Amino acid sequence: MSSTVLPISFGDAVARTAEASPNLSADDVGEKLVLNIGPSHPSTHGVLRLVLELDGEVITKTDTEIGYLHRGDEKIAENMTWNQFVPYTDRLDYMAPLANNVAYACAVEKLMGFELPPRAKVTRVICCELARISAHLLGLGAFAMDVGAMTMFLYTFTEREKIYNLIEFLTGARFTTSFTRVGGQIRDIPPGFLEGVSEFCAQFPAQLDDFGSMLNRNRIFVDRTKDIGIIPADIALDYGLTGPNLRGSGNDYDVRKVFPYLDYESYDFEVPVGQTGDCYDRFAVRMEEMRQSVCILRQAVAKMPGGPWQIDDPKNVLPAKDKVLTKMEELIHQFIVVTQGPDAPVGEVYFGAENPKGELGFYIHSHGGGVPHRLKIRAPSFCNLSILSQLLPGHTVSDVPAILGSFDFVMGECDR
Amino acid sequence: MSESPLVMEEITMLPEFRGEASGAVVLEKIPEVMAALKSEGFTFLVDITGVDNQGEDPRFEVVYELCDLSKKKHLRIKTMVAEGDPVPSVSAIWRTADWHEREIWDMLGIRFSGHPDLRRILMWEGYPHHPLRKDFPLAGLPTEMPDIAFTAKAPLEGGPFVTSSATLAQDREPRAHPAEERNL
Repeated sequence: MSSTVLPISFGDAVARTAEASPNLSADDVGEKLVLNIGPSHPSTHGVLRLVLELDGEVITKTDTEIGYLHRGDEKIAENMTWNQFVPYTDRLDYMAPLANNVAYACAVEKLMGFELPPRAKVTRVICCELARISAHLLGLGAFAMDVGAMTMFLYTFTEREKIYNLIEFLTGARFTTSFTRVGGQIRDIPPGFLEGVSEFCAQFPAQLDDFGSMLNRNRIFVDRTKDIGIIPADIALDYGLTGPNLRGSGNDYDVRKVFPYLDYESYDFEVPVGQTGDCYDRFAVRMEEMRQSVCILRQAVAKMPGGPWQIDDPKNVLPAKDKVLTKMEELIHQFIVVTQGPDAPVGEVYFGAENPKGELGFYIHSHGGGVPHRLKIRAPSFCNLSILSQLLPGHTVSDVPAILGSFDFVMGECDR
Repeated sequence: MSESPLVMEEITMLPEFRGEASGAVVLEKIPEVMAALKSEGFTFLVDITGVDNQGEDPRFEVVYELCDLSKKKHLRIKTMVAEGDPVPSVSAIWRTADWHEREIWDMLGIRFSGHPDLRRILMWEGYPHHPLRKDFPLAGLPTEMPDIAFTAKAPLEGGPFVTSSATLAQDREPRAHPAEERNL
């Protein structure tokens, strides 16, 4: 029986290294260490794998390995109807499933040429902003825990729990919401939901101040994040960074302002930007973004219009259940919508939405019919992580958790 | 459009759909046109996508999404690629193209000439297929996994408290008494 184990040859380690790499100077020989972090490591927030080459404590080279959570979402999308893919979008950025649902539905609606009624738009804005606060809270808690402030995680999860209760009230699920459909939502907002959102908005800013006072001038936190992982604005854009990671570097690109969707131009809110682009700035941008989201939520609750909550197009959205059970035509429509789904025109669109992690884009190439010919997901975490092999060299190993934490990435979205 | 006439000559504008401007460029002109567009203000390369139109000639399509952030403009550039032909890489113009091009190579098998490090990115190195091609079945194809994972026994497999898969609860639970003791 043959053995697969390579025989171990003993000998002088320094001499062997010198033989293998004759270009190194005498000082280098035996000094470089290759350190593998991940794919299952607490500070890699999922299944990111980093292969670091170290000279003592300092990183000299980084190789970023992704793909450990690749599920072939884009292939799956080509084999199902438009509405069937909605649950898969929950699992992209699983910290903010509601925002993914909204982005996907808006992309398909852009392809179809549907114009949503005002009530549906405002409902979706509330979904997006609740998801943003919830995702930033988790990112903040995990970041603080990575750099040694364990308590923050518990505080942010207390607030996150309140948002989860609201999301459960709205969609029936806490985590995998699958709330949107092409042309609207699965249901109207329930009575009492807006009051719940107002209640949350009333108490949340005070909590946010508390979080800030725990970290803003915390000596350990500031020492580990200030001037660490600095990304200049032009480099950030060159690498396709979006969201808080780009804005932390001082570029104010926010899809909600530059290419407004869901009537975001009618809301009054600021886009916070950082100055130096270090880990602390990215943290500060997220803190302020949560305040701005509360501001948007208040405006959305105040202006929530009445009227229909999905488009008036019986061939493309599900009819009311009581009519399905009593009327022939609605029964046929229900059957068509469920079994065939909406019929898309030939064409291609790109739709980008400002998600908590950055610009989540869907490029849809349709040859007509009920399924996409090609659906590409432009995942913000994928682009954000591509800068790591440029950014990490020169930092020490202890900076890695701080930089990864400040990036706030999600591998479900990166690997798709 | 405010681009210089030289660039516009190379771009064949396609009919507008849903308010989005797109243009076609021949394969060889891609780096030249892209560099010109970047200097014209399209500083942000949002995304690169490959599309497999199996049965057509040329088979593949590579789609670039560009944004001009100050003028708030979006432009899509498309180019057609025959199977086996390499696409000139734009990773020297935008560094974000590096990973996008690696992904297209991995998923669709389109090569990029001049790319500094064209390795697979989502699948592992040595994987023989390109899964997003239309002739790749949804259920997947068998491959020989490198002999590194999932082949060795788990450390506790067969141990006293480890359940194994079986339909009957008695078979699944290792602490249950054997059948003869249960008088079955």
